[in-house]
Amino acid sequence: MQAVKYARAADIDDAIRLLAEGGDKARILAGGTDLIVQARERKRDVDLFVDVKHVAEFMSLEYDDSSGLTVGAATPLYELYGDKTVQEKYPALVDASTVIGGKAIQGRASLGGNLGNSSPAGDSLPAMIALGGIATVAGPNGSREVSVAEFCTGPGRNVLESGELIVSINFPAVSDSEGAAWQRFIPRNEMDIAVASAGTWIKLDGKVVADARIALGAVAATPLVATGAAEALIGNELTDEVISNAGDAASSIASPITDMRGSVKQRTHLAKVLTERTIRDALDRINSQ
Amino acid sequence: MIPEPKVISTTINGDEKQVLVSERDSLLEALRDRIGMTGAKEGCNNGNCGACAVIMDGRLVNSCCVMAVEADGSEVMTVEGLASREELHPLQSEFLQNAALQCGICTPGFLMSSYALLQEKPNPTEEEARFWLAGNLCRCTGYDKIIESVLTVAKG
Repeated sequence: MQAVKYARAADIDDAIRLLAEGGDKARILAGGTDLIVQARERKRDVDLFVDVKHVAEFMSLEYDDSSGLTVGAATPLYELYGDKTVQEKYPALVDASTVIGGKAIQGRASLGGNLGNSSPAGDSLPAMIALGGIATVAGPNGSREVSVAEFCTGPGRNVLESGELIVSINFPAVSDSEGAAWQRFIPRNEMDIAVASAGTWIKLDGKVVADARIALGAVAATPLVATGAAEALIGNELTDEVISNAGDAASSIASPITDMRGSVKQRTHLAKVLTERTIRDALDRINSQ
Repeated sequence: MIPEPKVISTTINGDEKQVLVSERDSLLEALRDRIGMTGAKEGCNNGNCGACAVIMDGRLVNSCCVMAVEADGSEVMTVEGLASREELHPLQSEFLQNAALQCGICTPGFLMSSYALLQEKPNPTEEEARFWLAGNLCRCTGYDKIIESVLTVAKG
């Protein structure tokens, strides 16, 4: 491990102060499943970990019918997917968070960490985007809200300014006419990085789609918002043709690379398949409510 | 900035210990090199293999991906805490009985993950057991005997 110091923040202001004092090589430590490994393998130059896990706001998990679900940036995935309200109202978050690493990773890893790490393949990101997630970001100049959809700017890069940190992520309250789902493709059953992934949220008015959001993972340098795919659904009943049109619209914006996990052709195809499957899953979830 | 020695206070397998660590130590390094508890193993040292799995504050974690200073004030259970003074834990006995190990490097991690599984789901299906233990890698024996052992213990 490179020479790294450790500080435990007492509250949000303390975390901001420690991060500011630490300068560019200070990093917020949530579950550490990415950060500690990156520091050890010297993929990231870090000389101070600011641990936020003893601050209530970073570890929250709260739901109410007006403000929706608020998940602290460091709340472990294990607590998130173990929560009955999350299972009932936000199953798309369960879809993604139960397959990020194994159980020992999920005991520490968090949505905020996944977002801050800003990997194009970050499994929770398309699910969070589909659910309309908004991150609360705090820094020396106060706090602001950033939608998850606009958070990532490149592999490992995001909109956080120097000295800023993620406090929590909020998801709007959901009604019985809404459903969401997330899926990824990997060649194994578990413990792998997505070849591609997709998250879909739909809101029905009768049988017609009143609103929708679709997001794709691992098919571009950042997670993608598939606006055209959502538009293909809105105003229509979910016939096979409509769902297929949305899949085509999703694959049309995929701009993946070929690497050890998959080819451009496979990933582009997967964007369509996973979009269609998550639309069907989301619909099934509404119908089973 | 230079890491400093720090004294952490951590309850390990029920015993409260004051341990002198470096700020840059992982929990795994502290357990093995500072305390001399070598049950948790360093396999990959990056969170993939699960050989270093311990239970920290009731939750299964890879101790290579926890900083030792984070464990200040925590309760940690390692594989050394599984057996009582008199007898092995049923999981340990069944792993032995069933030859669910070969070189043994992955075994402490499998035991801790299996223990955590049975704490949460006393009667797991085979699929649940395989999914739970997916974060533990074995490079010699394969997984069938391990899964069989866990399911045998669950059935009682």
